[in-house]
Amino acid sequence: MTEPQTIVDKLWAAHEILRRDDGESLLWVDRHYVHEGSFHAFAKLASRGAGVAEPGLTFAVADHYVPTRGSRTNIANPELARMVRQVEENTAEHGIKLFGIGDPRQGIVHVVGPEQGLTLPGLLVVCGDSHTSTHGALGAYAFGIGASEVAHVLMTQTIWQKKPTRMRVTVAGATAPGIVAKDIILAIIARIGADGATGCAVEYAGDAIRALTIEGRLTLCNMSIEAGARCGVVAPDATTFAYVKGRPYAPHGADFDRAVEAWSGLATDAGAAFEREVTLRGEDIAPIVTWGTSPEDALPIDATLPDPAREPDAERAKRVRDALDYMGIAPGRKLTEIAVDRVFIGSCTNARIEDLRAAAAVLAGRTAKVPGLVSAGSSLVKQQAEQEGLDRIFRQAGLEWGESGCSMCVGINGDLVAPGERCASTTNRNFRGRQGPGARTHLMSPAMVAAAAVHGHLADVRPLLAGRRV
Amino acid sequence: MEKFTRLTGAACPIEQANVNTDQIIPARFLKWTRDMGIGKVLFNDLRFDAEGHERADFPLNRPAWRGAKIVVAARNFGCGSSRESAVYALYDYGIRCVIAPSFGDIFSGNAVQNGLLTAIVADAEAAEIMAALCDNPELPLTVDLEEQRIICGNRTYAFTIDPVRRARMLNGWDDIALTDSFRDRIAAFKARDQAARPWAVPTAQ
Repeated sequence: MTEPQTIVDKLWAAHEILRRDDGESLLWVDRHYVHEGSFHAFAKLASRGAGVAEPGLTFAVADHYVPTRGSRTNIANPELARMVRQVEENTAEHGIKLFGIGDPRQGIVHVVGPEQGLTLPGLLVVCGDSHTSTHGALGAYAFGIGASEVAHVLMTQTIWQKKPTRMRVTVAGATAPGIVAKDIILAIIARIGADGATGCAVEYAGDAIRALTIEGRLTLCNMSIEAGARCGVVAPDATTFAYVKGRPYAPHGADFDRAVEAWSGLATDAGAAFEREVTLRGEDIAPIVTWGTSPEDALPIDATLPDPAREPDAERAKRVRDALDYMGIAPGRKLTEIAVDRVFIGSCTNARIEDLRAAAAVLAGRTAKVPGLVSAGSSLVKQQAEQEGLDRIFRQAGLEWGESGCSMCVGINGDLVAPGERCASTTNRNFRGRQGPGARTHLMSPAMVAAAAVHGHLADVRPLLAGRRV
Repeated sequence: MEKFTRLTGAACPIEQANVNTDQIIPARFLKWTRDMGIGKVLFNDLRFDAEGHERADFPLNRPAWRGAKIVVAARNFGCGSSRESAVYALYDYGIRCVIAPSFGDIFSGNAVQNGLLTAIVADAEAAEIMAALCDNPELPLTVDLEEQRIICGNRTYAFTIDPVRRARMLNGWDDIALTDSFRDRIAAFKARDQAARPWAVPTAQ
């Protein structure tokens, strides 16, 4: 009898070409996604006079630098235009399929991959972007890499890796009504810390995870990197297969059936050992917001801000004080007293159709007290939202309905939060200056951002949902 | 890639946990190519105010640490975005080694690709080294990769690094040349794999 294996072991074994004596393995890459920021890697290819080994397994998007307002075919900012043109030229030169700015399928790479059926269970997926962990939601082994590694994958379709520590995070039992994937992942990060999973491949398990839709699992796995994890993965199940079926690049007919058979064997075997185990109870998870400058600075919405004077550890006290200073908030205050200046609904974390529906369900018939931007995760999500009339709800509430891209999550396309401004945001990082120099970010779910918009301050969304269909 | 064996130089303490790559190089500089002088914008928004004036309280702006070759920080240095520009900025500024209790995974992977050493010490040891540097900013550190130790005044600290990364740094290996030497095994894997997992190849459009 073979030893019971975790999903991480199975995914690893399926991609291991060879293992050196020193423990480093060469892995086969099934999907490689590139974007405008991959230009350093294409420059490395050019300097070596090298080509792309597997252009058919490489797919590109324009997402980081694309404008969400104004003309997209004639980009006003010459630097943004140059970045978008550069990815067009690099992909054309190497015969790589690009979902570019004029393509109806354009969008954020971590939304487009699953949406197009390019990301599948059992695949090894890499991209020069840390949020590549997103794709683990489908049962793929997916992780972010740097520019040198992007160049290596382009040239060889392989990557050197050392097998990570196997870690399982179980969320047992059901969560309360109104609790979503963003609350779950923020609760996990608050529990284990921003480096709590460094060096680990994390499997998310338990009833609360199983109950999530694929879109919820994408949000969950997306933020694995915010706990330092190499990747996050959810074992594929009937929910996964139903999601994948019929997508443009996914296998069809008998090929699909054969694939499902293979994918069904990926789940962790009973009795398989993880080096680390963490368990949370679903019923303990409340709607969560971040208050500080690291995703680990997360608290239930009914909590009060930490007080550095009460922190026994001097270093921790300093960190809390610095974070509160930067965020411009006083210790001991209630989170719900914190007024916001604007809201942002978007990013690879929370801009899929279910996210937009959740925010719209709160905003319907209500007015936002602060300005804000909604940027769909892909142009197809945008189109679907418009068919469902969600764009009208956002506009009538007073929010701006933009085009799709990374937008205000990272701010490199010019969508910025002004210095000193406070933004309730569905994104993934509340780092200092992430949304612009001096910007103050509070992370939360789309429905919670909508609640902050309606009240003009951080708020529990649940009373606003009373009597509404969500 | 330049080999790394032993380094002695000024060391700048950055007494913060979770120094993320957005802080090391803000996103607006990511479109820069390396020949534009990425070292100039290392820690840009921590080093300079909105008008571009130096912030006197940022350690790298202190005279003793301006020419630092080593950075010492608290846990989880380089967390966040995968931007390799964070490593370029440190390296091109002149930093060759970062000492911390832990590092972002992608950051430390990027570092080894570019000859920047990431040396891991215990939390208390990082704090002790930073305190020693604050007491005596002129104190040079020596980092010896062969011996895996840091010499700080009359104290010596052992540091850890993944043995594969250590070998790569000591030898200045080029990954692509190494991978190319396995070309036949990659081709054999691909043929075997496509027969076993035909569904893994995207459906033709």
